[in-house]
Amino acid sequence: MNFDDTPQEAEFRAVARQWIAANAPKELEAELTKPNAKRANEKRDAMLDVSKAWQKKKADAGWACLHWPKDYGGRGATPIERVIWQQEEGVYDKLSRPFAIGQGMCGPTVMAYATEEQKRQYLPPLASGEKVWCQLFSEPAGGSDVAGLRTRAEKDGDDWIINGQKIWTSGAHYSDYGILITRTDPNVPKHKGLTMFFLDMKSDGVEVKPIKQANGMQEFNEVFFTNVRIPDSQRLGAVGDGWNVSLTTLMNERMSIGARVHTGFPELFDYCSNLMLEDGLAIDDSNVRSKLAGWAVKNSGLTYTSYRSISALSKGERPGPENSIGKLVSGMMMQDIAMFAADLQGASGALVGGDAEAGGEFQATILSSPSMRIAGGTDEILRNIIAERVLGLPGDIRVDKDVPFNKVPTKGR
Amino acid sequence: MNFDFSDDQKQLRDEARRFLAEKCPPKAVRAVIDGKAPYDRDLWKGLADMGFLGVAIPEAFGGSGAGHLELCVIAEEMGRALAPVPFSSTVYLAAEALLLAGSDAQKQKWLPAIAQGHAIGTLALFEGTGNPSPKAIKLTASNGVLNGTKKPVADGAIADFAIVAARTGSTGRDSDIALFLVDLTSEGVEAKALTSIDPSRNQAEITFTNVKAELLGAANEGWSILSQVLDRAAVLIGFEQVGGSDRALEMGRDYALDRIAFGRQIGSFQAIKHMLADMYVSATLARSNCYYGAWALSTNAAELPEAAASARISATQAFQHCSKNNIQVHGGMGFTWEFDCHLYYRRSNALAVGLGSLSHWEDQLIERMRQKNAA
Ligand SMILES: Cc1cc2nc3c(=O)[nH]c(=O)nc-3n(C[C@H](O)[C@H](O)[C@H](O)COP(=O)(O)OP(=O)(O)OC[C@H]3O[C@@H](n4cnc5c(N)ncnc54)[C@H](O)[C@@H]3O)c2cc1C
Ligand SMILES: Cc1cc2nc3c(=O)[nH]c(=O)nc-3n(C[C@H](O)[C@H](O)[C@H](O)COP(=O)(O)OP(=O)(O)OC[C@H]3O[C@@H](n4cnc5c(N)ncnc54)[C@H](O)[C@@H]3O)c2cc1C
Repeated sequence: MNFDDTPQEAEFRAVARQWIAANAPKELEAELTKPNAKRANEKRDAMLDVSKAWQKKKADAGWACLHWPKDYGGRGATPIERVIWQQEEGVYDKLSRPFAIGQGMCGPTVMAYATEEQKRQYLPPLASGEKVWCQLFSEPAGGSDVAGLRTRAEKDGDDWIINGQKIWTSGAHYSDYGILITRTDPNVPKHKGLTMFFLDMKSDGVEVKPIKQANGMQEFNEVFFTNVRIPDSQRLGAVGDGWNVSLTTLMNERMSIGARVHTGFPELFDYCSNLMLEDGLAIDDSNVRSKLAGWAVKNSGLTYTSYRSISALSKGERPGPENSIGKLVSGMMMQDIAMFAADLQGASGALVGGDAEAGGEFQATILSSPSMRIAGGTDEILRNIIAERVLGLPGDIRVDKDVPFNKVPTKGR
Repeated sequence: MNFDFSDDQKQLRDEARRFLAEKCPPKAVRAVIDGKAPYDRDLWKGLADMGFLGVAIPEAFGGSGAGHLELCVIAEEMGRALAPVPFSSTVYLAAEALLLAGSDAQKQKWLPAIAQGHAIGTLALFEGTGNPSPKAIKLTASNGVLNGTKKPVADGAIADFAIVAARTGSTGRDSDIALFLVDLTSEGVEAKALTSIDPSRNQAEITFTNVKAELLGAANEGWSILSQVLDRAAVLIGFEQVGGSDRALEMGRDYALDRIAFGRQIGSFQAIKHMLADMYVSATLARSNCYYGAWALSTNAAELPEAAASARISATQAFQHCSKNNIQVHGGMGFTWEFDCHLYYRRSNALAVGLGSLSHWEDQLIERMRQKNAA
């Protein structure tokens, strides 16, 4: 049991560290260190430009999508080298957020199902951040139950004609491409009639409408499709096999272990170490200590769980569904911790932004953290995954499993 | 990075699991609970024969000298099997104290006897309600003569010797506390068995009346040695708790698959699925914290105090969480004497306070993190 790099790993780390020291945008470090660091929000915004510039610089030097083959814009690195890179990149990884979905989910799907020519055409600019991709899965009718989607694709010669609506599509407003899952056969049970495509977001008939979020920001969108034509050559996987293709996409989420675990704990610990209450420092209060300790061990537990996954990865094992615990635990922690910090502030805890204590970071987290428990699989779906895939408990009873999709009820009451 | 046990260590774990499955089935635990014997003597002898008692004792003192990572994997199995033997008091507390602070003669006298299963040791620290603290130690030592009472002392009624924390001065400093090694057959020692929430493990009150004892370690360093011993034991008991958590989770899972209510396996109800998923989360976090503790323990890292407190808190929470919800999954059956659920519940509640309460360790963890940050 040790935390030491192998000689090759140590060498790789040294090279990565050196390159980052020489090239990272250090003027942004302080901003990026904040829990609610500024992020690319609008289509034309300075933060998106900064993100793209950093991504391009990394790509040119071979530090983008490290684990992808060189021909597709990567470095051909091993999984463990990718982890080392993430550790070394530190807070600058926040700049890569606009590309996370494209590189983490869309790219691997394209890699698994597109033609060689398409891969060489589309993947390198995705790796370098020159082209941004989004994931068009969720619909008003189906988020957790993504297979309940209703967007139609109908064959017309060599094209498919798309009609319908997606929702919650992060970054659609600044994306160039998207992967899109559609229903091609409503006469069979829901999982069987799906087909996956990729498309140019500037295609005729695609309309992106930003949605204002509960925290006031606008990062996700509604996307409407009216007679949008997609050539059959942009189909990913067989007709009717879209569900399996989407699983490839979703499975790839799990490979993204190793990045730092964000729970909000270090920030809270820091805050309590300096915060003066009536009777002294917050951290000297026994109630505060007890709360802090409870979160401290979750924070360390998640960190060491990721170390265990990294160790498995470095032995060539594939990370399994047990990695679902990371988001489940950290999402809830973020929210609880921010609420606790605001509580320590008393009545001032109700203020936000520049008027608030501690730069309003905790209030910003109170307002943004509900999304962490929903996006990318809700807490409940994650518990189902752990219960079914890790513990082997029975799947939910699926009343719509063998029913043709067009016979499934659409209203609760 | 290789944050995992080695193949050899995993093999040792399998060996310990097989051994305990055969020699320590629930029936054996129940024999002790029912008062048929104060501990399982055959099992104790078996553990000695397997070399498990001396796994972290150097060869020079009769052990196998394998190390503390090996002891961690055995501890996990002991917890899983609820072994009704004085393993933690003898191996994690007494032997660790001897290894840390004993003179050569003291080690020669006791460590080989421990490894062979001939001597049971324990730590006599607590004096009634309260947590580990120099202030709470009232038992006095003057000129090597002890007077006072310790309660509760784990395995105190069956132990052959004890490490006793005693007060030698009243300056209010940690240096007032010294450790003494006492042969419990000495004159003036009186041990009385106490009833415990977990009758598979022994508890006692020991009264010392003018008992002659020898120092263990330097006189002014008793508290510092004791703190180190408690940290080391926190990691090792953490592994017992992790083993117990896993077993309780498995029992709940198995029952949820077997039991039908409302025409379905109860494991198909999300209330049950999510409860079990949350148990898995606690058990996983505890395991990971304990692995870090194992690393710190086996390398004597400067991180040990913080790692030990984290392992202790996380493992205590996990075992209590898993054992109480295992009963919940079992419904009415979980509340019967016949089902084994309560054995895990009892053990989890005994281990939760055996080295001092959760709030004490929470306080310790934050204090240690704070000192590290200040440094
Ligand atoms: C910030 C943000 C960004 C997002 N970005 C994208 C994106 O880029 N692309 C994309 O396709 N989607 C995106 N999503 C959508 C996201 O994947 C869905 O919101 C999520 O899967 C939940 O679906 P839903 O909103 O339809 O809620 P529902 O599925 O309607 O869930 C409502 C409630 O019911 C519970 N529930 C549902 N099914 C079950 C079940 N089987 N068992 C127990 N409980 C259940 C849920 O846990 C939840 O509490 C984003 C969402 C957010 C918040
Ligand atoms: C101290 C005690 C006294 C009692 N006294 C009496 C008495 O006087 N008279 C009498 O008739 N009975 C009595 N009972 C029985 C008691 O009513 C049942 O134990 C209780 O209803 C649970 O049923 P069960 O034990 O069969 O558990 P099960 O029904 O098998 O439940 C096992 C687990 O599955 C869960 N579960 C079951 N169905 C569902 C569902 N649909 N959704 C979600 N979760 C589910 C339960 O919550 C539980 O966690 C007593 C029980 C106890 C413990």
